[in-house]
Amino acid sequence: MGPITTTHYLALSAALLLIGTIGVLTRRNIVIILMSIELILNAVNINLIAFSHYWQNVDGQIFAIFVITDAVAEAAVGLGILIALFRNKETVLADEVDLLKW
Amino acid sequence: MKFLDQIWLIPLFPLFGAAAMLLFGRKLDPQPPSEVAAVPGLEHTHDEHDHHHGHTHEHAHEHATGHEHAHGHGALRTLVSLLCPGMVLLSFIFSAGAVIELSRSAERMHQVIQFTWLAGLPFHMADGRLATFTADWGFLLDPLSAVMILVVTGIGFLIHVYSVGYMAHDNGYYRFFGYLNLFVFFMLMLVLANNYALMFVGWEGVGLCSYLLIGFYFQKKSAGDAGKKAFVVNRVGDAGFILGMLLMFSVLGTVKFVDVNQILRSGQFHAETVGFGVLSTMALLLFIGATGKSAQVPLYVWLPDAMEGPTPVSALIHAATMVTAGVYMVARSSALFQLTPQTSTVVAAVGAFTAIFAATIALVQNDIKRVLAYSTVSQLGYMFLALGVGAYWVAIFHLFTHAFFKALLFLGSGSVIHALGGEQDMRHMGGLKDKIPITHWTMFIASLAIAGIPGFAGFFSKDEILWQSYSSPQGSNLLYGVGLATAGLTAFYMWRLMNMTFYGKSRVKPEVEAHIHESPAAMTLPLSILAAGSILAGWIGTPKLWGMSGWFRGLEQWLEPSFASAAVEAAQEGAHDASIEWILMSVSVAVALIGISIARYFYHHRPEIPDKFESRFSPLYGLLLNKWYVDELYDFIFVNGFAKGGGTVLGAFDRNVIDGGVNGAGWLTRLSSTVSMWWDTWIVDGAVRLASLIVKISSYPVRVVQTGRVQAYALFVVVGALAFFGYYLAR
Repeated sequence: MGPITTTHYLALSAALLLIGTIGVLTRRNIVIILMSIELILNAVNINLIAFSHYWQNVDGQIFAIFVITDAVAEAAVGLGILIALFRNKETVLADEVDLLKW
Repeated sequence: MKFLDQIWLIPLFPLFGAAAMLLFGRKLDPQPPSEVAAVPGLEHTHDEHDHHHGHTHEHAHEHATGHEHAHGHGALRTLVSLLCPGMVLLSFIFSAGAVIELSRSAERMHQVIQFTWLAGLPFHMADGRLATFTADWGFLLDPLSAVMILVVTGIGFLIHVYSVGYMAHDNGYYRFFGYLNLFVFFMLMLVLANNYALMFVGWEGVGLCSYLLIGFYFQKKSAGDAGKKAFVVNRVGDAGFILGMLLMFSVLGTVKFVDVNQILRSGQFHAETVGFGVLSTMALLLFIGATGKSAQVPLYVWLPDAMEGPTPVSALIHAATMVTAGVYMVARSSALFQLTPQTSTVVAAVGAFTAIFAATIALVQNDIKRVLAYSTVSQLGYMFLALGVGAYWVAIFHLFTHAFFKALLFLGSGSVIHALGGEQDMRHMGGLKDKIPITHWTMFIASLAIAGIPGFAGFFSKDEILWQSYSSPQGSNLLYGVGLATAGLTAFYMWRLMNMTFYGKSRVKPEVEAHIHESPAAMTLPLSILAAGSILAGWIGTPKLWGMSGWFRGLEQWLEPSFASAAVEAAQEGAHDASIEWILMSVSVAVALIGISIARYFYHHRPEIPDKFESRFSPLYGLLLNKWYVDELYDFIFVNGFAKGGGTVLGAFDRNVIDGGVNGAGWLTRLSSTVSMWWDTWIVDGAVRLASLIVKISSYPVRVVQTGRVQAYALFVVVGALAFFGYYLAR
């Protein structure tokens, strides 16, 4: 086994992105969808840190911290919406909440 | 000059009383109408002779508990009993004050004009001049209206006091006094107005109040009908009045008494300029108005039926107010009637005919109040006879004395009815002389007065009328003869009434007999005062022949300024031989005595004689008892003929022409609306729907994408992102 290169990180990142995207698109439970979004964001983070290390530039890591912060806030808001939704509709399934249609 | 300038207040006092009663009376003395229905009124109709035991009970003083509910509001009732008569008393005091001041003033006439009431209606008079119709809210006090306001307020006050006693057991107490006060108000407006238009306000007002009061016991159909009859018959006369008034305006250009008299007397007016007979027409139209109010042939029919009202109302209508209005109006228009001798002849003829016609009916009536009602009609006939022969002051004189003795007779009969618990049929009376002595003696005096026994009020005025109808240039032997015959009939029927009521054996039903009682002081006191008036009132107009002066000839001198043209008669009168007047006076007294004697003989000594007469001359008797079938004739001609027959014709016209037009219009509307609806549905609505359909179809592709599912949107995002990637990678 050779050293772990940037390519490996990128592959991991691409895998996480793919898994997250599929999760978002296919799972009905909103909790799972939110978790899948976390996966996508973390795929982005790995990507950022991998290139930061590659270019020896700290900007990417700083940006990753921002993304983590953003993810936390987004999770908090998302779960809040979810609780409100459950109180009103007694459901956590995304396809049962389709009020915004034509 | 204090009271003189305040004469506009005189009518306002009773108006205040009326307003207080009619607006707030229900709160003061609350009685639901149903309760009124539970207690029938004091009066029976003439055909309602069967006895009502509970009724008698109601009016018996011994059974105080029987009318507990009527006294439930004692304090408030006392307030009503003080306020309403008090208002009339105030009017009387102001009237008396004003009259005293008038007698001291030099010109014997005083006008108070409050404001212009009707103004600014310009139009062309009959002779082409342009004039403006104006009428003031103004009051005129001159000797004529002075006599009238004293009679109205004085007699009116006594009747109010009497009513306090008479109506004590009756419900609707406040309503009764409210109407009574309103009546006095309108009558005062009538006699105090300074122009015909304002007089007409009072004229209509008394018509309204007579309707309200005659129909006071409105739960009883006959009372309601009598009220309506009075109203409708009066309206016929009123049409004459208003036409006469308008004609007067279009010819003379004014309806103000002072101006009218001035124009007519000064000769400024020339009949030729406006056409022949216009003055006669005017006078005749006004006289038609007078026949309605003052119950002359042919419009007298309402008055006997007016007996349906409570007895004080009969007294008020027949003695102090209402019926005197026509006499007053003709007297007020004396200048006009003086210029139209033909109309005056008509007035005299109608008066004389009414006098004897009504007297014959009064001979056989059995209802005590009906006898008095026809007596009133007859006495009014006398007054018109006097007016017709130009003896205006004599008519007012008779009006004045008649007010006393006729008010007394009505109130006395009310007292009798009260004593007998509602009995009005004289066949169930008799022998009441000692049981109700005050009523008996006061009515005795009144009967002497109306019969024309020397020394009593009626003698002076009646004798003067008879003398004038003989001696005046417009008089004639025929008029005198009719008047004399009427005097005899009057004496007869009055003493028939007295004998049947007070003398002889009692025919009172036993159950009523026990409750007979003299009326309370509130009723006997007015009777006594009126009795004094029935003796004294005539002495202000003693015959010239008696050579008295000062107060004893006071009325003629007092009224002279109002009837300046009457001076002609005075001059004419002197030309006759004094011995003739003495003879005629003796003849009329003799006739009266004969009438009294026959009545006494018939109804006291030989009560079987009238029955024999009745069977011997039964057609004549029936004719008189049924009042010459005039009511039936009017029913046939006017009620069934014109009203119902006309109704049939008009009904057919209505159905075919009017309804046809309405139906046609409806059909047209329906047709056009159908067309309009079709256009709306298919063209207008169609266009709107087409537009929306186009939008709907064209929007379909973009619409279906909006599923509302978050993951579908996310899928679009991913697909879109992949598409971009694919595009860049493939490039």
